[in-house]
Amino acid sequence: MRPARSVILEQGLRATFHTILLFSVWLFFAGHNAPGGGFPAGLVAGSAFVLRYVTFGTDGLPRLAPELLCGFGLVLAAGTGFGSWFLGGQFLESDVIEIHLPVIGEAHMSTVAFFDAGVFFIVVGIVVGILRYLGSEPDSSEAETSP
Amino acid sequence: MLVLIALHFVVALSAPFAARAFGRRVLLLGAAVSGVTFAWLLLRTGDVLNGEVLSEQLVWVGDIGLKLSVRLDGFGLMMALLVSGIGVLVFLYATAYMPREKNGRFCGYLIAFAGSMLGLVLSNNLLGLFVFWELTTITSYLLIGWEDTLESARSAAWRALIVTGAGGLAMLAGFILIGQAAGTYELSAITEAPPGGVAVAVGVGLVLLGAFTKSAQFPFQGWLPDAMAAPTPVSAYLHSATMVKAGIVLLARFAAPFSDLDFWQPVVIGIGLTTMLIGGVRALQQTDLKRLLAFGTVSQLGFMTTLFGVGTSEAIAAGVAVIFAHSLFKAGLFMVAGAVDHEAGTRDLRELTGLRHRMPVTFWVATICAASMAAIPPLLGFLSKELAYDELLHSGDWGIVALAGIIAGSAITLAYSVRFVWGAFWDKTPSGAPSAARVPEPTAAHEPGLGLLGPPALLAALSLLFGLWPEPAAALTGAAAEALDQVAEVHLTLWNGLTLPLVLSLVTIALGVGLIALARTSILGGREFEPRFAPDAGYRVFVDGLGVSARYVSAAVQNGSLPVYLGVILVTAVALPSAALLSTDGLGIDTSRAGSGIQIAVCALVIVAALGTTLARRRFVAVMLLGAVGYGIGTLFIIQGGPDLALTQFVVETVGVIGFMLVLRHLPQEFVRRRHRPTKVLRAAVAIIVGVFVTLFALVAFTARGAVPISDYFIENAESLGGGKNIVNVIVVDFRGLDTLGEISVVTVAVLGIVSLVFAVRRGRGGDPDAPVTELARDDVAEPAPSEAP
Repeated sequence: MRPARSVILEQGLRATFHTILLFSVWLFFAGHNAPGGGFPAGLVAGSAFVLRYVTFGTDGLPRLAPELLCGFGLVLAAGTGFGSWFLGGQFLESDVIEIHLPVIGEAHMSTVAFFDAGVFFIVVGIVVGILRYLGSEPDSSEAETSP
Repeated sequence: MLVLIALHFVVALSAPFAARAFGRRVLLLGAAVSGVTFAWLLLRTGDVLNGEVLSEQLVWVGDIGLKLSVRLDGFGLMMALLVSGIGVLVFLYATAYMPREKNGRFCGYLIAFAGSMLGLVLSNNLLGLFVFWELTTITSYLLIGWEDTLESARSAAWRALIVTGAGGLAMLAGFILIGQAAGTYELSAITEAPPGGVAVAVGVGLVLLGAFTKSAQFPFQGWLPDAMAAPTPVSAYLHSATMVKAGIVLLARFAAPFSDLDFWQPVVIGIGLTTMLIGGVRALQQTDLKRLLAFGTVSQLGFMTTLFGVGTSEAIAAGVAVIFAHSLFKAGLFMVAGAVDHEAGTRDLRELTGLRHRMPVTFWVATICAASMAAIPPLLGFLSKELAYDELLHSGDWGIVALAGIIAGSAITLAYSVRFVWGAFWDKTPSGAPSAARVPEPTAAHEPGLGLLGPPALLAALSLLFGLWPEPAAALTGAAAEALDQVAEVHLTLWNGLTLPLVLSLVTIALGVGLIALARTSILGGREFEPRFAPDAGYRVFVDGLGVSARYVSAAVQNGSLPVYLGVILVTAVALPSAALLSTDGLGIDTSRAGSGIQIAVCALVIVAALGTTLARRRFVAVMLLGAVGYGIGTLFIIQGGPDLALTQFVVETVGVIGFMLVLRHLPQEFVRRRHRPTKVLRAAVAIIVGVFVTLFALVAFTARGAVPISDYFIENAESLGGGKNIVNVIVVDFRGLDTLGEISVVTVAVLGIVSLVFAVRRGRGGDPDAPVTELARDDVAEPAPSEAP
């Protein structure tokens, strides 16, 4: 179900939603050397969905089950740990990869970025999960809220 | 070796997919994996028998000494050959035995089990061994509960999991005690130079506990007969030849270095003999062929435990020979019981009659295996038992005690071996039958096909072959014994001349025959015994008691009142550190960091908002003011130069306030007014004490540092080790990555909890259109705590 329509909210959302998501991606990568990282980035992305929720109700949330998002994040994070283990390091040992990108030039990237991405997805999953499961209206139908 | 173990798990994971293409023949995949392992081991046999030791290792978590290190010595070779060799036969047998459907997952479980067991017997690192030990516990849980529509199978699986899982935890504690005392977790190093001291003695005791639960020793034996709810191939593999031997393997490894501890001999021999006798007597009382064999296995495991309990080089040698002989005949017997069940449709020996004529080959296979179990010459079981007698005669006083008990147990063994063959194959007279004058023959029964008969026949043939030509068995078990104890030797010979052990063997057989003659109607009759004292009572009382006490504790601790929870947490948080605060001298207060005017202004704002929160009448206002407190603190973080912290604080606060809003919609607008004055006073007192204390603590904490702050290390190494300039982030995802992994796991579980609670509440209310999640939200205040911001 959706709350009463608000043109201001809808237009405001149109303008900001993708910007906020982009900002969260920037935060995520900035976290390497500057304030940011998977956790705050996940919360920022989550708050973009909060905005959608405020505007459209639970209809505005992604259809993907939030617990799957959490599971995916956990697999990604744990997988990073096992990955370095299988590649001869210790569990969760990190390494820096130097990549040569066309146009942009040299970039370096730490393998912990994958781990951090896991954190990111879990945090997004929590926020969306809270909205979806605790935020459905009292009179909402079963079908709408089941994943 | 590690590759072979890994291969098991890879194939196990792919089995469900392969099953779509191959159907039931997917089980042959398991036979192939075990076969490859067996062949590889055979190729190494020559080297190992010459005293070579192969080892490999893979460091897992180096800092705590956790390595996957495997070591192929004589004993490991023998056990691995048994695991993989019998594995091949079990998979072939299962191909013929299992129904056509759903074999993919079953096959996967069984292969995973085989891999875990292989890892367990080869593992040379105590922690690695524990990992494989628990893997066998989990896979066996899945296998015992395979018929998951049957309540009996589910509860049996639970029971095995609880009993062996609890023992496993005790064992882990024991491993850590021993490993810390020895300074290494490598088994070979520990057995070479065993550590001493009280801690080690306690550790060995705990390890014994683990071994006893796994190998179904008294008083933990009950789970094994229950586990007969598993399909017969599983029983033949797990509950005869492999998993239940895990405890014995551990005893064998620990016997040489630790049997001179004071308590070892009395405890282990006492438990072993008790188990052997109880198991034997209970086997005599069973009417279900598989349960009969299961109690027989309990009894035989008691026999082996006793031998390793004696712990002399001689007894160890005998123990190894008994392990080998037992694996061959017991797996064969289980397979025969399964074949009879498969053909006749029942395992109840009161209903089985005349199968001797209908299944003559099966009958002879069963007879040979049972005779080996009963230690009748010229079978391998006889050779190993005579060796045990001989060695126990040279093992001091405890050896003689053990010998007397084992002779009694062996007489019973002979009796239940006869009961098994009689029960499965003989013509029954009405004496034991409940009603009919003659038990009707299961007419459909006929000789089983090659798939069901071949594997047990091969095992029976081996029992006979190694009895007549013991040299290969002697070489293998000899190398195994030598690996455990350098001076142990195995002399397996059929004819030693007219010696005392031979006389004792004859005495045993005479006692067994006498027992049958005395209690003929009981042993060769279908009467079912209900033991007056059910041995399961202990387990039931324990589990029920656990449930009852858990309910009481939950009711007392989780009374559902948030103020009470909060109060308990806060008072604890104040009481414990303030004890330290008061008892430590020389603590000063450092106010040098209370800097600028803007800080003071923000603080004032936070204080006003916090006071407002407590005084607000409307919930909405209170939440808003609480948000203001949070943002104010975030601002303080910025002023103090913690942008990461501030960023996190702001976003958490935002999401938190929205979470509160979701809940507020379901709550009355205003707080409930408290009229009860003492409660109000109490709450205010707690709040003030906590506030004062936290402030004091924060001020004192600055001056109380006794060690070099670890942050220096982080600052220096963030870029070189973590590859990033943002220290906070590097700490979260790299230096403290394992902590973070734990936290996000908890958070994920919390989300799953919310999901299931919400669905449970909705389902509980049925189709109630007014199905709000109010109750839940009220109890659960909005959100699971996000992982702590750095």
